[in-house]
Amino acid sequence: MKRKEDPRFLQGKGHYVDDVTLPGMLFMALVRSTYPHAEIKSIDISEAMKVHGVKAVITGKDLEAAGLGWLPTFHGLDKQMVLAIGKVLFQYQEVAAVFAETRAAAADGAEAVQVDYEPLPVVADPFTAKKDEVILRPDRETKTNHIYHWEVGDRDRTARAIEGSPKRVRQRIWFQRCHPAPLEPCGCVAEFDTMGRLQFHVTSQAPHVYRTAISIVTGIPEDKIHVMSPDIGGGFGNKVPVYPGYVCAIVGALKLGRPVKWIETRTENLTSTGFARDYHMDIELGATPDGRLTALRVSTAADHGAFDAAADPTKYPAGMFGVVTGSYDVPVAHAEVDAYFTNKAPGGIAYRCSFRVTEASYAIERAMDILADELGIDAVELRRKNFVKKEQFPYGSALGFTYDSGDYHQTLEKALETIGYQALLKEQAEKRARGELMGIGFSTFTEVVGAGPSKHFDILGIKMFDSAEIRIHPTGAGIVRTGAKSQGQGHETTWAQIVAEELGLDPQNIMVEEGDTDTAPYGLGTYASRSTPVAGAAIATAARRVREKAKKIAAHLLEVGEGDVEWTDYKFQVKGVPARSVTMKQVAFAAYTNPGPNEPGLEATNYYDPPNMTFPNGTYIAVVEVDRETGEVTIRRFLAVDDCGTVINPLVVEGQIHGGLTEGFAIAFMQEIQYDADGNNLNTNFTDYLVPTSLETPHWETANTVTPSPHHPIGAKGVGESPNVGSPAAFVNAVIDALSPLGVRHLEMPVTRDKVWRAIRDAEAGKT
Amino acid sequence: MKVTIKVNGVPYERDVEPRTLLAYFLREACALTGTHVGCDTSSCGCCVVVMDGATAVKSCTMFAVQADGHEILTVEGLAQGGALHPIQQAFWDKHGLQCGYCTPGMMLTSYVLLKHNPDPSESEIREGLAGNLCRCTGYQNIVKAVQQAAEAIRQPAAAGK
Repeated sequence: MKRKEDPRFLQGKGHYVDDVTLPGMLFMALVRSTYPHAEIKSIDISEAMKVHGVKAVITGKDLEAAGLGWLPTFHGLDKQMVLAIGKVLFQYQEVAAVFAETRAAAADGAEAVQVDYEPLPVVADPFTAKKDEVILRPDRETKTNHIYHWEVGDRDRTARAIEGSPKRVRQRIWFQRCHPAPLEPCGCVAEFDTMGRLQFHVTSQAPHVYRTAISIVTGIPEDKIHVMSPDIGGGFGNKVPVYPGYVCAIVGALKLGRPVKWIETRTENLTSTGFARDYHMDIELGATPDGRLTALRVSTAADHGAFDAAADPTKYPAGMFGVVTGSYDVPVAHAEVDAYFTNKAPGGIAYRCSFRVTEASYAIERAMDILADELGIDAVELRRKNFVKKEQFPYGSALGFTYDSGDYHQTLEKALETIGYQALLKEQAEKRARGELMGIGFSTFTEVVGAGPSKHFDILGIKMFDSAEIRIHPTGAGIVRTGAKSQGQGHETTWAQIVAEELGLDPQNIMVEEGDTDTAPYGLGTYASRSTPVAGAAIATAARRVREKAKKIAAHLLEVGEGDVEWTDYKFQVKGVPARSVTMKQVAFAAYTNPGPNEPGLEATNYYDPPNMTFPNGTYIAVVEVDRETGEVTIRRFLAVDDCGTVINPLVVEGQIHGGLTEGFAIAFMQEIQYDADGNNLNTNFTDYLVPTSLETPHWETANTVTPSPHHPIGAKGVGESPNVGSPAAFVNAVIDALSPLGVRHLEMPVTRDKVWRAIRDAEAGKT
Repeated sequence: MKVTIKVNGVPYERDVEPRTLLAYFLREACALTGTHVGCDTSSCGCCVVVMDGATAVKSCTMFAVQADGHEILTVEGLAQGGALHPIQQAFWDKHGLQCGYCTPGMMLTSYVLLKHNPDPSESEIREGLAGNLCRCTGYQNIVKAVQQAAEAIRQPAAAGK
């Protein structure tokens, strides 16, 4: 089914936050720090106030006086300055907010604010931070740059197993800092209406959580806050956190009594909003000589930047990193993460990733290739040998997850057959004999998505359920509202299809509404591939409740007892008598016109608390050629075989996979938010932080296997992130495989042409 | 400064600051918000509109005064008489959009591409769209959409088969 939401986007009628215009609206611009770490000696706003059209300037001191100086981060373990107080902690940090009549006047005003800085020593990496020679956050109780230590698994048994293993490999792997960079930057419009109620339009993936967070931060009662998240131009995790600019816009609207719009620039987006990854991982695998895994150990230094604004569930500061044992039956394992403050932008959000799953998946998939290389075993054979077997599900992993379902061998074999692995191996051998560099890279990943069961998962204390409310109208049309929020994932189509399938109605007449906290039931929003696993399950469950109610009305219409009615072939019929039946449409009409002894109306609500996470998985294969002279990597083929359980809309799923693969391709080959040793951000716009164009993006081949989730009402698992989680390792493994005849064992992402060229040059120099 | 710019066939006479970018002229002075802004460096192409029928321009990189006296086509002007333009239809049919933010610029670049080259190869399409970024689709379905649109424009009778 084609997407229902498309006609408005195709005609320029999408409604994004920057399209909101209100009478008397002011514009806000932010003054940002030019220094990565500096004391603020003074802020002079006098020149700014003289700029034509400027109405007000606020600084950190003003906010502090109003009790709004700091903002709690989402997991509740740290706080972040709204506007700098006393000192700045990263380049481009928010220092002052300027409110003016026009967008241009606000920008002029921001230019005119004079800030006198006294530079302080800069900490630009977690290893320097660890030394605690410069304490970045004296505002905290503990005077250290160390934020937290988190660990899972059995440290001692793992150590013994690794030491006792006949074969051991160890590799430092850095998953570089990158940024989701949705094409629509973040922004908001804040207005206090005539009743004094905050009307807040914002680019949010989690509008209800925003409402609660704004209430907690500002003290505005939650009933006086209306959050509206309209069409969103991509999110990818970037639109989960609450940013300082939002608080400033609300303060400005309150102070000036006029609506305030703030839309960040691309530079502001890349330099100050939630980055992703920045994990330095030391991973070790133990194995038997024939390649059976005996143990896994990983120790990570995480760079969290100036504030601990990682958007992870409260009890999981390192997210789902414990899925680092991947698709393999590892007998014993231990993982630990130590996070540090540095003079970089805060974040650590889940960029198209279910909380640190991408880092974990990349580490194990790279390590498996390194192990295969050292053992002299084919990388496919090593995976085959160690896969969790179909009959082992539900599988309890060494690090505490219960994998719901999968058939990894089947998925792998389908991929090998589809791509013609044997022929590729033959071709590779011929090319190697001629000195040509061809690589075949695998990633056989397992993800964990759909946070999450309430006993483990919360954000700001709020359990990570999601919700759906369904109303069926007299004519058999209906509306479904959820606590999720689409940013391009196609919810308006997929949700309508779930309801239509459960109730035998026309999906074209099931309207989907999200993002409005006045109308939608409370939910935790869309990120971490949780929409279909959680909100999708809530929709199916609510639809089944509607069906239960409808069954009573059907019994009345059919003049039999409810026990004599069955739902079959999308209609209610008297058991065994197909001739005596009524459709849902007839029942819907009767619910309002002739409900009999039943309560009128036909609607239901469900708050779905998932019993477990879901575990999508797949086999990805990249085939590359590397130019020995220039270091250029050409992606010849890329095949993704995904298993995301039951597929609701194949078109939407394929689209998600194409998009995620393209983002994974970008991370593998071109994207990094780099800082120099002085803490200067070097990738502040799209000319330095590269997004692949149509020209270099490879052609994607896709296929799937279907292993339904046993605990999800319709067996679906979530797919949006699999391609971004799984693909970087396939790309890098392919490049390393191509370079392996030269003895190259590892390259850090992004695997740029010059890195490859240098690796080839160094390897060749070493030989001669 | 006073400018008169014909947008989607309608003349808009407005008084603008000289530094007003065409993108904001369209969005704010003409209330045509289908033209989007996604970067500050002329990289993303979300703001592409068509000038004088055959040139794709990035409206964030042009002042409104530079468009004075010219004709501009925006996404709002693509559909005619309530019927989607073949490019719009093809983007829908081939799932060539997800969040919709790049879509107007992507379609208008395709419009100009097909004006100059009614039967482009896949590599010509990929080259033609290289000034427009998309974060959602991976471009593959956009390429298919342009292929379908090209065929529909060349052979209107066979369209939609």
